[in-house]
Amino acid sequence: MFKYLKQLTSLVAMVAVLFTFTTETMAAKKSKTLKNTQKKGFVRCGVSQGLPGFSNADAAGNWTGVDVDVCRAVAAAVLGDANKVKFTPLSAKERFTALTSNEIDILSRNTTWTLSRDADIGLTFVGVNFYDGQGFMVRKNSGISSVNDFKAGVSACTNLGTTTELNMRDFFNSKGIQYEPVTFEKADEVVAAYDAGRCDTYTTDKSGLAAQRIKLSNPDDHMVLPETISKEPLGPVVRQGDSVWEDIVRWSLNTMIEAEEYGVTSANADSMKTSDNPAVKRLVGAEGELGAALGLDNEWSLRIIKQVGNYGESYKRNIADTGILPDRGPNELWTKGGILYVPPAR
Amino acid sequence: MENRGITFGYGFLSQESSFDVQFSLIEYDGSHSYFRAYLVGLLNTILVSVIGIIFATIIGVVIGIARLSNNYLINRTAGVYVEFFRNIPLLLQIFFWYFAALRALPLPQDTEPMFGVFFLTIKGFFVPAFVWNNLDVFIYSIIAAIISIIFIRIYAKKKQENEGIQTPVLSISIGLLFILPILSFLFGGVDASVEIPVIKQLSQSGFTYEGGIKLPPELISLALALSLYTATFIAECVRAGVQGVSKGQKEAAASIGLTPNQVLKLVVMPQALRIIIPPTTNQYLNLTKNSSLAAAIAYPDLVLVFAGTALMQTGRAIEIVSITMLTYLSLSISISIFMNWYNKKIAIKEK
Repeated sequence: MFKYLKQLTSLVAMVAVLFTFTTETMAAKKSKTLKNTQKKGFVRCGVSQGLPGFSNADAAGNWTGVDVDVCRAVAAAVLGDANKVKFTPLSAKERFTALTSNEIDILSRNTTWTLSRDADIGLTFVGVNFYDGQGFMVRKNSGISSVNDFKAGVSACTNLGTTTELNMRDFFNSKGIQYEPVTFEKADEVVAAYDAGRCDTYTTDKSGLAAQRIKLSNPDDHMVLPETISKEPLGPVVRQGDSVWEDIVRWSLNTMIEAEEYGVTSANADSMKTSDNPAVKRLVGAEGELGAALGLDNEWSLRIIKQVGNYGESYKRNIADTGILPDRGPNELWTKGGILYVPPAR
Repeated sequence: MENRGITFGYGFLSQESSFDVQFSLIEYDGSHSYFRAYLVGLLNTILVSVIGIIFATIIGVVIGIARLSNNYLINRTAGVYVEFFRNIPLLLQIFFWYFAALRALPLPQDTEPMFGVFFLTIKGFFVPAFVWNNLDVFIYSIIAAIISIIFIRIYAKKKQENEGIQTPVLSISIGLLFILPILSFLFGGVDASVEIPVIKQLSQSGFTYEGGIKLPPELISLALALSLYTATFIAECVRAGVQGVSKGQKEAAASIGLTPNQVLKLVVMPQALRIIIPPTTNQYLNLTKNSSLAAAIAYPDLVLVFAGTALMQTGRAIEIVSITMLTYLSLSISISIFMNWYNKKIAIKEK
């Protein structure tokens, strides 16, 4: 009798060990950030302090923009509701610290992907949601029509703590032009100082110039020079060390872009479940078990497309229809002459 | 920190900073190190603090004494000034002076020169610079003048104690300060020419000035805001100090035949200073720390250059913030050590 009991206990122990082992691997799948987000019931998202088209709040406090839509997509995938996002406006200076110190879980704030940022300071870039480049804005009556018209002594206003500051130096140095950098912490002060005449030119990412031009007292008196002096791939960032969360954010963004590629929109997403194309069916969760790999259910991508829309819809709603950059330029699908190309969801 | 993938170390200080700064007292550009960028920021912080302390003290003493004036108009004006400026948050005042200045100042091409050589424009205050030959001889002559003044003062004091005769120390000192440098010009081979800023066209509508010294509008508005704000507190310290000297002291001094100036200089001020100095030290410390608000208006101080741009480019928040905190701590402690020394010097010496 005792012999059996001993065997039984060892069996129970073994089962228990096996069980804890399996539940632990299941729990490991569920990342810490994902668990915390589900517990809190909202996604903590760091955005800009107001950049029309990317992340901007209206008078009622509703955030819109392509950067905002990335966070909304993650909320739709993880929590089932694109509105369950808590936005934290951050200055360029605060953004990375806010992410590494656990104040936010996604930084989606027109942030340039660079090697040192990706590798050095505990961050991971998950993709590119807008291909941008640095440009210059000048007064039309200055007669400057190209960056080659700048002369020594030119003063340039820009934002503090950005890649813009570094590119500006590289650019003026390569031209051998001595210049005066005037750097402010907040974009609104840069605009005000440039508007008052403190600076001859205002330099930042071209999308930013287009968006901020609207804030000037006479937008029509200013123009953006045609040249682009740098590559600025802007994308969402997460903390290093939580690969599941990183994958969720990456594939939420990729889903939006791939949905556009396959013509899946917020309007037709449900009907696409019966599509003949297996890639489309996988995209709307009618085939395969892609959600499980991310620790999510299988409807996650369908919810993103239905609630937020595909990338093209987001671009049109936020950037094209607002008159900021009607021409998509490089931010067009690779199939249509742009460089938006994402790995397949399968 | 390891969990979050953050590395720690101060090695980055010797790396190339690769960003430029608008205004710097030492030679600097992006090819220098982060440590040099730190020095640039530190010197700019010290510069604006020193300018602020000097002007705040002058304005504060004038306003403080004006508040004690028997003239109703002067007295009330000073009172309104104090109540107005000390009750508005400093950051707002900085924004006000900066953006008011930017709105009010003319573009470089529309500027009327002051005395033909000073140009106050939206891009900065352009003043003539001196170009020196044999500058060292000139500096030696000034040092020589100062040393001889110190000796004359000691001699004059002894003479008064021994013989009761007063020497006109002030006029002799001023005379020496002028005569020795002039002699260095005549015989020492010192030569100075003035470089006057000239207007330069950048584009069809854009102009700036070249040559001379440029004081950026950020520095001017920050120094102005800091001085006007801190001066109100210093004015109150001065008023408290003078009022703290009992009336009988003045009456007694007057009754032994001292002139009103001598009463102020020999009797009232030495006693008042003892009351004024300790709270004024606090105000100097506040001013130095408040200068960190410069970041709001693009004046490249320690916070903007080092805890701003450098922090952003390196991502080394802990290292940079710790260095910045230590720097402000050392600055404040140096100021208070100096002020405590001065305070001890003017305190009553019990014999």
